[in-house]
Amino acid sequence: MTDISFYLTLALYGVTTLLYLACLLRSTPCLSGLARKLLVAGFLAHCLAVIHRAIAAGHLPITNMHESLSFFALSIVAAYLYFEFRFKVTSLGSFVLPLVLVLMIGSSVFPGELRPLNPALKSAWIYSHTLLAFGAYAFFTIAGGVAGMYLLQSHFLKKKQLGTLFQKLPSLDTLDEIGYRCLTFGFPMLTVAIITGAIWAAQAWGSYWSWDPKETWSLITWFVFAALLHGRLTTGWRGRRAAWLTVAGFLIMLFTFIGVNLLIPGLHSYN
Amino acid sequence: MNIIVVGLSHKTASVEIREKVAFSPNSIEQPLKALLALEGIVEGVIVSTCNRVEIYATTRDIAGGVGRLRRFLADWHHLPYDTIEPHLYSYHGEAAIRHVFRVASSLDSMVVGEPQILGQIKTSYGYAAEYGSSGIILNRFLHKAFSVAKRVRTETRIASSAVSVSFAAVELARKIFDSLSDKTVLLIGAGEMCELAARHFLTNGAKGVLVTNRTYEKAQRLAEEFEGQALPFEELFDHLHKADIILTSTGAPHFIVTPKDLKEVIQRRRMKPMFFIDIAVPRDIDPAVNELDSIYLYDMDDLQQVVAANLENRMQEAEKAEAIIAEEIVQFAKWIATLEVTPTIVALRRRLDDLRRAELARTLVAWKDAPPDVEKRLDALTTALINKILHQPTIVLKRTGQGNRTDLYLDALRALFDLELGVDEADSPLELEEPPTTP
Repeated sequence: MTDISFYLTLALYGVTTLLYLACLLRSTPCLSGLARKLLVAGFLAHCLAVIHRAIAAGHLPITNMHESLSFFALSIVAAYLYFEFRFKVTSLGSFVLPLVLVLMIGSSVFPGELRPLNPALKSAWIYSHTLLAFGAYAFFTIAGGVAGMYLLQSHFLKKKQLGTLFQKLPSLDTLDEIGYRCLTFGFPMLTVAIITGAIWAAQAWGSYWSWDPKETWSLITWFVFAALLHGRLTTGWRGRRAAWLTVAGFLIMLFTFIGVNLLIPGLHSYN
Repeated sequence: MNIIVVGLSHKTASVEIREKVAFSPNSIEQPLKALLALEGIVEGVIVSTCNRVEIYATTRDIAGGVGRLRRFLADWHHLPYDTIEPHLYSYHGEAAIRHVFRVASSLDSMVVGEPQILGQIKTSYGYAAEYGSSGIILNRFLHKAFSVAKRVRTETRIASSAVSVSFAAVELARKIFDSLSDKTVLLIGAGEMCELAARHFLTNGAKGVLVTNRTYEKAQRLAEEFEGQALPFEELFDHLHKADIILTSTGAPHFIVTPKDLKEVIQRRRMKPMFFIDIAVPRDIDPAVNELDSIYLYDMDDLQQVVAANLENRMQEAEKAEAIIAEEIVQFAKWIATLEVTPTIVALRRRLDDLRRAELARTLVAWKDAPPDVEKRLDALTTALINKILHQPTIVLKRTGQGNRTDLYLDALRALFDLELGVDEADSPLELEEPPTTP
């Protein structure tokens, strides 16, 4: 059952991604409406798959690469759906959905067998720490996507290249607004995730902070987004350079999440 | 019955001629009545806009009808026929249908795709409907023209892009600022283009206007006109940060805004984007400001390139529109063709005769001990009955001069007796779209 809903999700996301990309070329209300409905269907199937797995495993399904990537994709889709309904920006999907699809394909490549939970992780903290971290990651991913779109749209406007893609992309102000909102949602979540992580670490490993690679890199991610948010709140910092830093922040975050687990062994890598 | 079109437009006549033959909407009733009084003219609609004056009519006598309409345009306005004759065009049959569909779809407009013409035709038709000068054919014809125009509008992107410099500026602004409703426009200098653009920004929701000019009185006058605020030219850089959209057209021989000037402005604006539109030649804004983060600069050349690209795009879309129109003409011409007297009578007679034969055969099969000559007698009886029934309608239909009514009867007969038409559309009753309200 878990497998069925997982592969159904994969298929739905695949079709949805194609539809969103088609929207970039020639969007009709009908096409974008269909894309949105299919995405909601995919999201529901995905929820089902995750819930099934959670019941089978007896804990949150985020303990190996297969589960984490899938859960990350689910968080991104949830955050994306919020912005799509709130701001009516179909073109954002054309940038976010391909990443979701890649994450899901990645997830399907990693072995998916259920394993008993590492005893060190058996704690109520797993919920607050990890759910907040995934939430922050999802918002930062959207922020990275909008920042990329901002750079593209700003490039078109500066160079006077007003083609089809220019017409499909939303206005700079809309992109800026979404990006800022992502920061204000994501940053507090990451902050609390790091704090709860430290408390949990003190209980499980006996030390609040042990410079484990995951911890180090989350701190770097935290500093990048702190700088962005600080600049915005004090001097109203925005525009292209802020967008570049957001993209950088997103890439660092991606490395924190995936790269550290795969490349550098540490307390947080469980594979 | 034939549709004929006679008229002149911006393509065939100068404005001096067009204004002479224009009809005022306030007194359209008399010319419409006079139109119907012309010999052989059954229905009529007069369309009169600043770019065209056209009469749509139906007649059985194409050559005569066209000739009388051409004369009518001159006579009504007390003009010698020779003065307008070279500018007139006339169409009949499918060419007339094509012409009206193209006009309604804005393919014949001065600016292809402009949206006003459809509303103008709707208004003209509203008058004709009100004064009873349009009948079954023109009613359906114009409703069809409206639906064709709607199809063209939704299925092609003929009207989707700006084809004037000031509209192009508004569209670009919408790609920088999502909504213009809380945006302030600053006018530096005066000039027709500049004022026009400012007006477009205001009608598209911009919040307010600031005006500055080397001559403060000019700035005040313009500010009054826009209900905005005038600024002394020397204080420009004290107020620049308040403006989101800046339109410049001064006669200054050098740049009045350079990147250096904007450093502080950008800070004061907390880096919110600014859109500079430089309409002046020589230019007022140093092109280097476009390199600054959050500053977007378009000069006259840039805007004209946008417009040129959009126009080319419209031309491509116009080809798609022509294909849609060709498709709709075929359908409509089929319906018109059904409104002919003789074929309708023949079809009606055939329909009744088929029924008669079928019923006769059934009676005879069931009547085992029928007398020998019964078949002949029943045949004669039923044939005579049908002839009697059809006698009066045939006379009425063939009586000339019934005009509008004849078409109504023909259409009704086709529908009531389900006479083969070959057009789906003819089965459906006229779309009872509400005629446009007349101002």
